[in-house]
Amino acid sequence: MTQPMISVRNLHKWYSGVHALKDVSLDFAPNEAVGLIGDNGAGKSTLINILSGAQEASEGEILIDGRPVNISNPRDAMDLGIETIYQYNSMVPTMSIARNLFIGREPLKFSLFGLGVMDRKKMAEESVQAIADVDLHLRSPDALIGELSGGQRQGVAIARAMHFKSKVMILDEPTNHLAVKETNKVIGFVRSLKEMNITGIFISHNIHHVFDCCDRIVAMARGEVVLDRRTNDTNMDEIMDVL
Amino acid sequence: MKRLVKIYMEKPELAALVLLIVLIIVFQIRSDGVFLNANNLRGILGILPEIGLMVIGVTILMICGEFDLSVGSVFAVMPMTMAVLMADGTPFYLAFLAGMAVCAAIGFVNGYVTIKFNIPSFITTLGMLFIARSLTIVISGGFPPLLPNDLPNWLFTVFVGPGDLFRMSFIWFVIIALAASLMMSRTNFGNWVRATGGFLPAAQAMGIPTARVKITCFMLCSMLAGFAGMIQVLRLGSPLPSIGEGWELQAVAAAVIGGTALSGGIGAVAGGVIGAILIRVIDNGLVLSQVDANWFKFAIGFLTIFAVVANSWLGKRAKAIKVET
Ligand SMILES: Nc1ncnc2c1ncn2[C@@H]1O[C@H](COP(=O)(O)OP(=O)(O)O)[C@@H](O)[C@H]1O
Ligand SMILES: [Mg+2]
Repeated sequence: MTQPMISVRNLHKWYSGVHALKDVSLDFAPNEAVGLIGDNGAGKSTLINILSGAQEASEGEILIDGRPVNISNPRDAMDLGIETIYQYNSMVPTMSIARNLFIGREPLKFSLFGLGVMDRKKMAEESVQAIADVDLHLRSPDALIGELSGGQRQGVAIARAMHFKSKVMILDEPTNHLAVKETNKVIGFVRSLKEMNITGIFISHNIHHVFDCCDRIVAMARGEVVLDRRTNDTNMDEIMDVL
Repeated sequence: MKRLVKIYMEKPELAALVLLIVLIIVFQIRSDGVFLNANNLRGILGILPEIGLMVIGVTILMICGEFDLSVGSVFAVMPMTMAVLMADGTPFYLAFLAGMAVCAAIGFVNGYVTIKFNIPSFITTLGMLFIARSLTIVISGGFPPLLPNDLPNWLFTVFVGPGDLFRMSFIWFVIIALAASLMMSRTNFGNWVRATGGFLPAAQAMGIPTARVKITCFMLCSMLAGFAGMIQVLRLGSPLPSIGEGWELQAVAAAVIGGTALSGGIGAVAGGVIGAILIRVIDNGLVLSQVDANWFKFAIGFLTIFAVVANSWLGKRAKAIKVET
């Protein structure tokens, strides 16, 4: 195996009494799409929340390109090239597409201590480009997110993650509440990550979706990894058995 | 064209602006032209900055998803702090800084307690309403101190402008309103405020320091209220401990009339300013039209409800106008 893009080593997470992650170690290669599956409460969200900086591990290590890194908030993760698309929507409905794309990472004309005047022209231009890049057809970057369909919103979230040149793209149940056509679009997107040399971690409880677009399947149960196979070397029955 | 209509219908401050223009016309007719004469305008514009500055802070805080009921009391405690210090011989500008520091501290406590203990800011600031009012009376010693004679009234309360139409305080108000409006629409901080109030989990997921953003808004709100209180005391010439009573609700009403949503994420400084002007115009216009002054609160109450209903109706109509997205 080549040098992993991102690895976790002996990760533990306790929530006052609940041992949600029990000594989880995983390697993710560049240009690999990994499907993470498991029942509700298996610890999938906990694992990716730790990678995306939404929560901190109780114990364990995260390595990127072989180097240990410290991820203590979402900003750290983003700066390391980890972008996350959440199962609930990580968009502010009362704000425009352009503003949503750049929340927390606004291009500034000038600034003092990180605060300053936004370059709104650049925001408009780049958001039009970012949306076009993911084949989403929206006419104006000034439309409010609240006016978009669930699939369009997820599309904007993907456009945002792509725009910031991520190395690792985490999708936590991104197809929940989506129509079939929109779901297929997301699955196509996960497949396309490979060509762009981006590590994809795709969480779904729909096993068919995972078989459709992932190179490798990791199954979790009760906070542990119970199966880790190439998609070609396993089948749905085997996975159903371990869950 | 359709697109333009839609954009305007979605502007939440629109309903208030239309209402303001209608009311000005009605009052102008009913008062036989007295309403818009220089003397009356002088009266309206002289007092407007005091409620207006408070409303700016309240509006920004509401966009951020929080709420401040203590602004009326902070309005009183700031000038009282200054008056007590000045009575002891502290120069005006030092007393001013001390007063602003007190406001900043109150805003910080409001924000910190709200976030740290995860309680509604309605509760925190309701408590602060009583605490700050009580402190005002305690430090006044029950008897408001006399203000010194050498106050910089030229900077805050003297009449200026064409025909001495407004006071210096109005210039402060315009500058601060513009700065606040630009901050909300043009800076990344404004973007963070709106994101924090619009959908907190999304703002957090995108790495925005939401606690700091909220606390900053609380502090800004308190400081603007205190500054407004100082201006009123300079205008009246005496630091009464009861000033600003009931203003916290008028300020919320002004923000809501101007299109700011209680739920956060929606609103504009301009809307709050229009709401504040509306309140002043109604207060003054009712008196001029020789309507019983007790109808004032009725009018404010009615308008608050009306504005919210009108905005929600306009918003729905705007959604019904299909333009390609
Ligand atoms: N914030 C939290 N506080 C307490 N317990 C939690 C929290 N988040 C998750 N858990 C618990 O941790 C376990 C794993 O949850 P989660 O990672 O959300 O699973 P999954 O995403 O696989 O459904 C569950 O038992 C859940 O109840
Ligand atoms: Mg989950």
